[in-house]
Amino acid sequence: MRRRWAIWRIRPRIDAWVLRRVRPEAEAVISRRRVYIVPTRFGFGFAVMTIVMLLGATNYSNSMAFLLGFLIAALGLVCMHHTHANLLNVRVRAGRTAAVHAGDTLRFEIVLDNPTQKTRYDLQLSRHRRPVVAVHDVTAGVPIRASLAVAATRRGWQRNTMFRISTEFPLGLFYAWTLIELDQVALVYPRAADAASSPPSAGNNAGELTRNSDGHDEFDGLRAYRPGDSPRRLHWKSLGKRQPPSVRVFSDTASPERWLDWDALPGLDTEQRLSQLTRWVLDAEAAQQRYGLRLPSQRIDLDRGEVHQQRCLSALALYGTNPTR
Amino acid sequence: MKPERLPDLLSRTSLLRLLAVMLLVISPHLLRLPAWESALVLSIAAWRGAAAIRQWPMPHALLKIALTMAIFAGVYASYGRVWGQNAGVALLVVMLALKLTELRERRDVMVTVFLLYFLLVTHFLYSQAPWTVLYLLLSTVAITAVLIDVHHAGHARPLPMTLRLSAQMLLQSLPLMLLMFVLFPRLPGPLWTLPDDAGGARSGLSDTMTPGDIGRLALSEEIAFRVRFNGAVPAPSDRYWRGPLLTEYDGLTWHADRRHAHAPTPDIKLQGPRYDYEITLEPTRAHWLFALDMPSLPSLPEGTRLGSDYQWLANEPVRELRRYRFQAQLQYQLQLDLPLALRRLQLAYPVDGNPRAQALARAWRAQSRSDEELVQRALRHFHDEPYSYTLQPGAQRADARSRIDEFLFESRRGYCEHYAGAFTYLMRVAGIPARVVTGYLGGEPNPFGDWYVVGQSDAHAWSEVWLAGQGWVRVDPTSAVAPERIDRSVTTARARRTNSRSAALGTLDWPALRYRVEATWDWVDAQWNGLVLGYGTERQRELLGRIGLGDWQSMLLALTGSVTLLLTVIGIVLMRRAAPAAIDPAVRLWQRGIAPLARYGLSQRSDEGARDFIERAQQQRPELADALTTLLRAYVDLRYEAEPGPDALARLRKASRWSPPRRRPR
Repeated sequence: MRRRWAIWRIRPRIDAWVLRRVRPEAEAVISRRRVYIVPTRFGFGFAVMTIVMLLGATNYSNSMAFLLGFLIAALGLVCMHHTHANLLNVRVRAGRTAAVHAGDTLRFEIVLDNPTQKTRYDLQLSRHRRPVVAVHDVTAGVPIRASLAVAATRRGWQRNTMFRISTEFPLGLFYAWTLIELDQVALVYPRAADAASSPPSAGNNAGELTRNSDGHDEFDGLRAYRPGDSPRRLHWKSLGKRQPPSVRVFSDTASPERWLDWDALPGLDTEQRLSQLTRWVLDAEAAQQRYGLRLPSQRIDLDRGEVHQQRCLSALALYGTNPTR
Repeated sequence: MKPERLPDLLSRTSLLRLLAVMLLVISPHLLRLPAWESALVLSIAAWRGAAAIRQWPMPHALLKIALTMAIFAGVYASYGRVWGQNAGVALLVVMLALKLTELRERRDVMVTVFLLYFLLVTHFLYSQAPWTVLYLLLSTVAITAVLIDVHHAGHARPLPMTLRLSAQMLLQSLPLMLLMFVLFPRLPGPLWTLPDDAGGARSGLSDTMTPGDIGRLALSEEIAFRVRFNGAVPAPSDRYWRGPLLTEYDGLTWHADRRHAHAPTPDIKLQGPRYDYEITLEPTRAHWLFALDMPSLPSLPEGTRLGSDYQWLANEPVRELRRYRFQAQLQYQLQLDLPLALRRLQLAYPVDGNPRAQALARAWRAQSRSDEELVQRALRHFHDEPYSYTLQPGAQRADARSRIDEFLFESRRGYCEHYAGAFTYLMRVAGIPARVVTGYLGGEPNPFGDWYVVGQSDAHAWSEVWLAGQGWVRVDPTSAVAPERIDRSVTTARARRTNSRSAALGTLDWPALRYRVEATWDWVDAQWNGLVLGYGTERQRELLGRIGLGDWQSMLLALTGSVTLLLTVIGIVLMRRAAPAAIDPAVRLWQRGIAPLARYGLSQRSDEGARDFIERAQQQRPELADALTTLLRAYVDLRYEAEPGPDALARLRKASRWSPPRRRPR
């Protein structure tokens, strides 16, 4: 960090003090009491310049130099209030955060809202003791959605940690900041095992495909396209006829069915099993199969689609943990 | 783990704006700098602008070093040194221009901004006229706008936004600035030795006088000092402002006597009415002050003294505007006993040369019974012989040993300095101690104020002769040649007035108009000088002493208190502006409408929608169902309906004014 060596290292001390007092909250309104402000390195330089100018003015007994020196000093003091007010009453709340698999990057969405009539300039978003990741102007009444990335390490619920909103607007002489911890969680699915490592074992009831007797899919009709539908099932002929794209639907009897069973994976530990099951869920969904999930504690019936997939992945993510966050 | 910093490039628009501000700040200096340097600075700025637009690469480091060395050499060649005020400013300007050649990133701008502020302040070493305030404010707004602009990453901010914010901040700073200006305890300067070329170049009297020096001043339009009389004003012909005394003569130039500078102040007897006056002196960069002939001893202002020849001197050279209050009496007897060393000094003259003048003086000596008679004889000589008083005496021949002969017997044309010099010389040859006094004579009243302006064109030279029993007596040989020079208070002003009378029938009277404009400007200038430029250690102590803030501790206390108070007010105003907007009227009415429910222990939870809350309330208090339904419908219509209709707000207002049945809630 560039300004780490601010002269008396005031900022780390304030941070240490604040850190003990930050509590998670659903929505943070940056009030006067939680804005901290210190001069920047440039601000200290500015002060030194002003003092040198006033010394020169004294030496030359130059009234105009005094006027300029005092004007600059006053400008610095006024700037402090501007920087402080730039952060005041900005509302910070949690936005939506998409679930990811462990090992991926989780992007917590932070919504910056300005319920006042004054535009806030150059609001910087950063993790505590990390470089600034985003700078935003927030105009009145137009919420800004920013995101804070963090590595998703383990499956289950992951909390968003503390972050900082800071500003040096308008002159860069002062640095005002606040530390916020939002009551914000995101779900992390288990890491998906490699596809090749452990194919569904045949002969076992679990992980095997069950087809209807003749082995043919029966065409059942058309329905509107939904996200997640396989392109292979697109009804190509209807495309371009000024109507929403359609997909061909096959009767249930025609769909392959598959049970993804915890007990089908002997010899693996819990996390490896969850990993493997996650892989199968993804694969089955991609293959447009109907699949169900059997866990020691839970059973999810045969189905398919985005919601079903999420249900299965969530069950895997939260397996063995307290499901109510 | 330290992430590698990407260059944070300055946007092209920001860079061009910075260039414009730089040109604004250095423009007054460009006229003072050597022509080569001004041209160089302008071409570097032009090149940088073109480089920003065309995206040319920045010059190589070696080229920059070579350029820097060449510029140092150039400044040395122009000024004979690389320090001091003028050379220092020249280097500062060039450094700013060179900084441009390596200016790419936003953080480079910080150094540039410091340089800009310093360059701005150096301008006031040359001029502190009232108009420079405008220049100061304009430049500060511009520099602040640059700061707002460059502190923002990415594209440049809209110019109106930066300028408006910068002007707004400046306006908020002005009252603070005034408070600090008045209350900040001023130390008496200088804190360190000033460069010998400090201050702007000024014309004025010096401690030497060569014929032609004062004649050149006669054409100057600069002001020497202003005087305000408290009470009676002496006649114009009595307004001799005594300045540097010149005692040593080398045949060409009169010099001040430095050897006896610290001899004791001579005794003096003063008579006649006292004139009380306040003199506001423009900087002279010299010790001498101009006192109405003769200064009254007991009222000597602080920081000044009277020299061995009763010359009024400041302890420190007058580098800034000074204001003194002093008293004078016009009748005096100065130094009745002349010490032998001084007598000898003031009789000395180069024995070689000017044989005719020496012969003339000796003839006068032989014909006169007393020194007084000899002085009268000399004055009669100047009056009777065809001498003329002129600013253009014509060229003199070079030989220093016949200067006075040539003036007295051949050209007979000269200005006051010629007459004063020749007269003093003649007196010395005739055995009367004499010396040349330079200073000012007269002064022009300002029609808008009660003060007199003494300009450089009022510069004058006369003589003092020492007569037994009378001490030093002022003799002005010019009065014998051109009495009108002495009597006029201001020839120019009077001439203008006469002109304006004669031209009253005409349509437009330019000289009178010009006179009025000049007088108005002089008024502004005088106010400025008195209120702002003359505000220093002494004036501050005097003014603030009247309200009980005479010492620096109470000044600091008052300063801290008032600045804190004002800053708090500014802070509150800014926080008000940053406060959440007034609540939506629909929400306000809704809150009024549900307020009575608090009596029943019902209040809307933060996570509860309006509909849910009303349902809950209706379940608990079925008797309120109708009123609550009306309220809910009106509220929902207004807030969530795409087009609520013109009467929606009125309906909600009406619905919000329901009252619960008059029954004590349990």
